[in-house]
Amino acid sequence: MTTKSKKTPPPKKLKRVVIEPLTRVEGHGKITLLQDENLTIRQARLHITEFRGFEKFIQGRPYWELPVLVQRLCGICPVSHHLAAAKATDMLVGATKLTATAEKIRRLMHFGQTLQSHALHFFHLCSPDLLFGFDDDIHHRNIVGMIEDRPEIAKQGVMLRKYGQEVIRITAGKRIHGTGAIPGGINKSLSKKDIDYLKQDIAQIINWAQEAITLIKHIFFERYDYHMSFASIDSNMLSVVRNDGAFEIYDGSLRARDKQGESIFDHIDYACYSDFIQEGIKNWSYMKFPFISSIGQEHGWYRVGPLARVNNCDFFPTPLAETERREFVSTGNGKPVQSTLAYHWARLIELLHCSEAISELLMDSDLSGNDLLNRGELQSCGIGVIEAPRGTLFHHYEINQDSLVEKANLIVSTTNNNQAMNESIRKVANQYLDGNQLTEALLNQVEVAIRAYDPCLSCATHAMGKMPLQIDLLNSDNTLIDRLEKRVSGEINRLA
Amino acid sequence: MKSTGLHNTKHAPILVFTYGNPSRGDDALGPAMFDLLEVCKQQTTELDHVDLLTDYQLQIEHALDLEQRQCVLFIDSSASANPPFEFHQLQAEQDIGYTTHAMSPSAVLSVYQQIRKTAPPPAYMLSIRGNEFGLSENLSSQANRHLQQSYRFVRDLLATGIMSEGFIFGQITP
Repeated sequence: MTTKSKKTPPPKKLKRVVIEPLTRVEGHGKITLLQDENLTIRQARLHITEFRGFEKFIQGRPYWELPVLVQRLCGICPVSHHLAAAKATDMLVGATKLTATAEKIRRLMHFGQTLQSHALHFFHLCSPDLLFGFDDDIHHRNIVGMIEDRPEIAKQGVMLRKYGQEVIRITAGKRIHGTGAIPGGINKSLSKKDIDYLKQDIAQIINWAQEAITLIKHIFFERYDYHMSFASIDSNMLSVVRNDGAFEIYDGSLRARDKQGESIFDHIDYACYSDFIQEGIKNWSYMKFPFISSIGQEHGWYRVGPLARVNNCDFFPTPLAETERREFVSTGNGKPVQSTLAYHWARLIELLHCSEAISELLMDSDLSGNDLLNRGELQSCGIGVIEAPRGTLFHHYEINQDSLVEKANLIVSTTNNNQAMNESIRKVANQYLDGNQLTEALLNQVEVAIRAYDPCLSCATHAMGKMPLQIDLLNSDNTLIDRLEKRVSGEINRLA
Repeated sequence: MKSTGLHNTKHAPILVFTYGNPSRGDDALGPAMFDLLEVCKQQTTELDHVDLLTDYQLQIEHALDLEQRQCVLFIDSSASANPPFEFHQLQAEQDIGYTTHAMSPSAVLSVYQQIRKTAPPPAYMLSIRGNEFGLSENLSSQANRHLQQSYRFVRDLLATGIMSEGFIFGQITP
């Protein structure tokens, strides 16, 4: 399927390359590459069309439904939306501080969510690329190839996922559609049996997380220059940090640093996010382009997620992850690590931290406390911000006198990374697009760059993983020059 | 790993695994079937030999849900199946994808095969035809009809025990 943008013709003297997933529903992504007469990619446009619709969808709903309702935004990280919405509703019900039991159970839930999400990403999506190299047979760039060659790694990935899911089930009450977090707190604490159940395997989980980091460092340093330069872009970094500068994913303040690592702003109350971050629009995309207001849209875009978080924090509060962080940041020689593939490395440091943090929390008697809820005076505005596995996630709601949602604004991780993903794709495309001939290598490399960010192209639908990719090369007057299509089976066809 | 749901869990011989998003119109056909079957399971004994699971989408850890099963039935909505539904046996097969956001049932079977070093249980796919996949909590009227027809088919299938006897279906059109 080829599409031509009716709204925005390509700029003069640019060729347009379209990489488009064929899909049955809205919410798909496609990539358009604009090439000039010198065969240089001037722009990459990653199109994602999902999120505005959902904001409309929840208007008119009572606020107390939000923590459950928003889980349907994403089938991969529903807990992130559950917790961000719960935090926003805490503010709505005037719960300025949660009870120790409520906060710690929510944290445990979030660590479980991040652990299982990172495990999926590393073991299922990215490690085959890293393990076997980008030029390896396509069938090795998926879990089956990985399992065949390194069966113990894939098994560990499945087990880590399962453990994280169990943490979620225990804390959220259900395997999916959890109701654990409610406005002002949680609906139940953990029993001794629950805690003992999770304790039994946590030492093994930490051990596997350490092994995963050892593996990725080995891979990374084996082709160090390549991994550091692939799709590398200099960007600002945004994340939540704890008040003492420690790594934090559940609750903290906002920190932004520039590409040199200098502070742009620090310890900003996230409820004031709109004073520091704006959402730009472009006429070719439904998705917004957030940027740091003080810098402006052209240069104020930033990256979020594991790379930004590990770069931005001053330290990890758990010892094993802190040791790994120090080694990681040392590769930046005093500046932020900007390698796009370093997302994978940073992700595993976070996975290790989550394992350690779960272990610590399971020793905390507050998990079994009886003080579950705090409430105050109802407010009209609620804002919740957390660090989801893929990056900073903003939920902002305004309610009317009937307690119904009147306005919702969600900035998801993928939106925060919007411009950064375009830039990474542009860099890769310039490197691998050779004249007018589309190649499998180009398609594969673009996929590798996308995978590093793992954007929510398919948010809230499950069918998208079946989508093939199509890449079209068009000249400046939209004449098709070449077309490749990659089927789900991995088969690649030249169609033009 | 010795405890957290990964070993020594007693499973019913048949697993019905539905998936889809309840907020995406007819994508909710899978979860809607789950709801119907759950009510049936609660009110009768005819599904005592069946475990029901549902999720937004399939992932690698779902391979562990296939353990100790004699037979597995996946149920999903489909934009291309012949209405009201299609039914066929699945083979283990890998996916080639670029996001973590989905797996096919065949790929889940493939993961099972690889991590357990044994063939997965016989597995079947029921694809219920849907038409509208926009943001909505309601099934389209056509999808509702397809759901009811599919439900009767599934109940008959499960109640007769035909799946547990290793029935070979091939392609069935109602």
